[in-house]
Amino acid sequence: MNGFLAILQRDLRLALRQGADSVMVVAFFIVTTTLFPFGVGPEANILARIASGVIWVSALLAAMLSLERVFQTDYEDGTLELLTLSPVSLELLVLGKVLAHWLTTGLPLIIAAPLMAVMLNMDQDGFITLITAMLLGTPALSLIGAIGAALILGARRGGVLVSLLVLPLYIPVLIFGAGAVEAALLGISATAQLQIMAAILLLALTATPFATAHAVRQAME
Amino acid sequence: MHRFAKPSVFLNLTAPILPWLSVLTAILIAAGLYFALIGSPVDYQQGDTVRIMYIHVPAAWMGLFCYVGMAVCGAMSLIWKHPLADICARATAPIGATFTALCLITGSLWGEPMWGTWWVWDARLTSMLILLFLYLGYIALVNAFDDPERGSKAGSALALVGAVNVPIVKFSVDWWNTLHQPASIMRMDGPAVDPSMQLPLALMILGFTAYYFVVLILRVRLELNERRIRALHLSGMFDDRSPQTNTGKQSYDAGHNAEAKE
Repeated sequence: MNGFLAILQRDLRLALRQGADSVMVVAFFIVTTTLFPFGVGPEANILARIASGVIWVSALLAAMLSLERVFQTDYEDGTLELLTLSPVSLELLVLGKVLAHWLTTGLPLIIAAPLMAVMLNMDQDGFITLITAMLLGTPALSLIGAIGAALILGARRGGVLVSLLVLPLYIPVLIFGAGAVEAALLGISATAQLQIMAAILLLALTATPFATAHAVRQAME
Repeated sequence: MHRFAKPSVFLNLTAPILPWLSVLTAILIAAGLYFALIGSPVDYQQGDTVRIMYIHVPAAWMGLFCYVGMAVCGAMSLIWKHPLADICARATAPIGATFTALCLITGSLWGEPMWGTWWVWDARLTSMLILLFLYLGYIALVNAFDDPERGSKAGSALALVGAVNVPIVKFSVDWWNTLHQPASIMRMDGPAVDPSMQLPLALMILGFTAYYFVVLILRVRLELNERRIRALHLSGMFDDRSPQTNTGKQSYDAGHNAEAKE
C-alpha cells in the first residue's frame, strides 16, 4: 500500500509542478467542444439535442490524448524499469499511476463539463446525471487507456497508434455515458445506464491493472 | 502441441497438405457458388437479393472465427511462448480484417434493397465495425516496432483484451432490439433457414474456412522463409568474404528449441 501511495504522490507532484498538462487537457476539451457549434450551426435546440454526445466525445478524446504521459516519460528516463524491478507488485503501482492520471485529467474534465453543458444549452435536468456518469466513466477511461499506453511503449508513431487501439475499447463507456444523460433529459430514470457504467468501472478496475502490468513488463524485456 | 513448435516440422507437415487443401477449397467454393447462384430457390419475399446471404453470412462467420483464432494464438504465445502461435496470430489478422470488411460491404449492399438504407447504427452493424477497427489496431500495433518479437507480444495482449467484443457481436441481436434479424443458423432449436438454402450456406462456410487455412499456411510459410532469409543474411551466408555452408533445416529452427526431438 505504501508503494501505491508513494507512486500516487510522486505522479501527482510531477503533474502539479509541470502544471501545464492538466490545463492543456481541459483547454483541449473546451476547444473541441466549441468547434461543434461552428460545425452544426448555432441553433439552440440542435445544440441542446447533441450536447451530451458532444461532451462525451470531447472528454474521450481529451482523456486519450493525455494517455501518453502515463508511462512514456518514465519509460524514456528509465524509471519504469526500476518500478518493474521493485518488490512492490507492479499491478498496484500501475493502479497508482492510473489514479494519478485520473486525478489530473478526469477530474478537471468533470469540473469543466457542466460549463460546456451550459454553453451548449443543455437542459438543467441532465446536469446531475452528466456529472455522475462522468464520475463513473472517466476512471474507466483512464484504466482502459493505460493498457494502450503501455502497449505502445517503444513503438514508432505511438501517439497515433494509441488512438487506434484505445478508441474502439472506449465505445461502451461512450454509449452508456451519453445514454444516461439522454435518459435524464427525457425525464426517464437513468439508473440502468449508470449501473452498467458502474459495472464497466468495476470490471476495468479488477481486470485492466493485470493487462497493463503485463504490457509494461513486455516493454521492459 | 510443442512438437509443432519447430518451424521445420511445420513446413514438412504442411507441404503435402497444402495442395489437397487448396483443391478442397476450390471444390467447396465452386459447388457452394453453383448452389448459391443457380441451384437454390429465390426467396418468396426477397427475390434474388437473398443470394447475397451466401457470401455475407460466411464472411461474418469468418470475421469472428479469425478473431477467436487470433486471440487463442495470442494466449498460446503469451502462456507457452509458442513461436508458431505468434506467426499464426500475425498471419490471421489481415485475413480476418478482409472477411470483416467483406461482411460489412455485402451487408450494406443487401441492406439497401431490403431495409432501404446502406447503413444503420444498429447494434450488430456497429459491433462488427468495431471488430474491424480492432483488427486494424492489431495490425498497426504489430507493425509499429522495430523488433518483430516485441510487436507480436504487444499484439497478443491487445488481441486478448479485444476479445471482449466477440460475444458482444455474436449476441448483440439477442440482447438489443435491432433492425438486423436475430440468429437463424446457430440456435438451440435448430436452424431456421430452409433446407434448400442450408446446403449452399454450409458449403460456402466450409469453403471459406478451408480458404482461411490455405492462406494461413501460405502466410506462415512465407513468414518462416522471410525469417530464414534474414537469419542467413545476419550469419553472413550471402557475404562473399566469408563463405559458409550453413544450410538445411537447422536455420529454420535457429532459436526455436532446435535441439528438441521430432
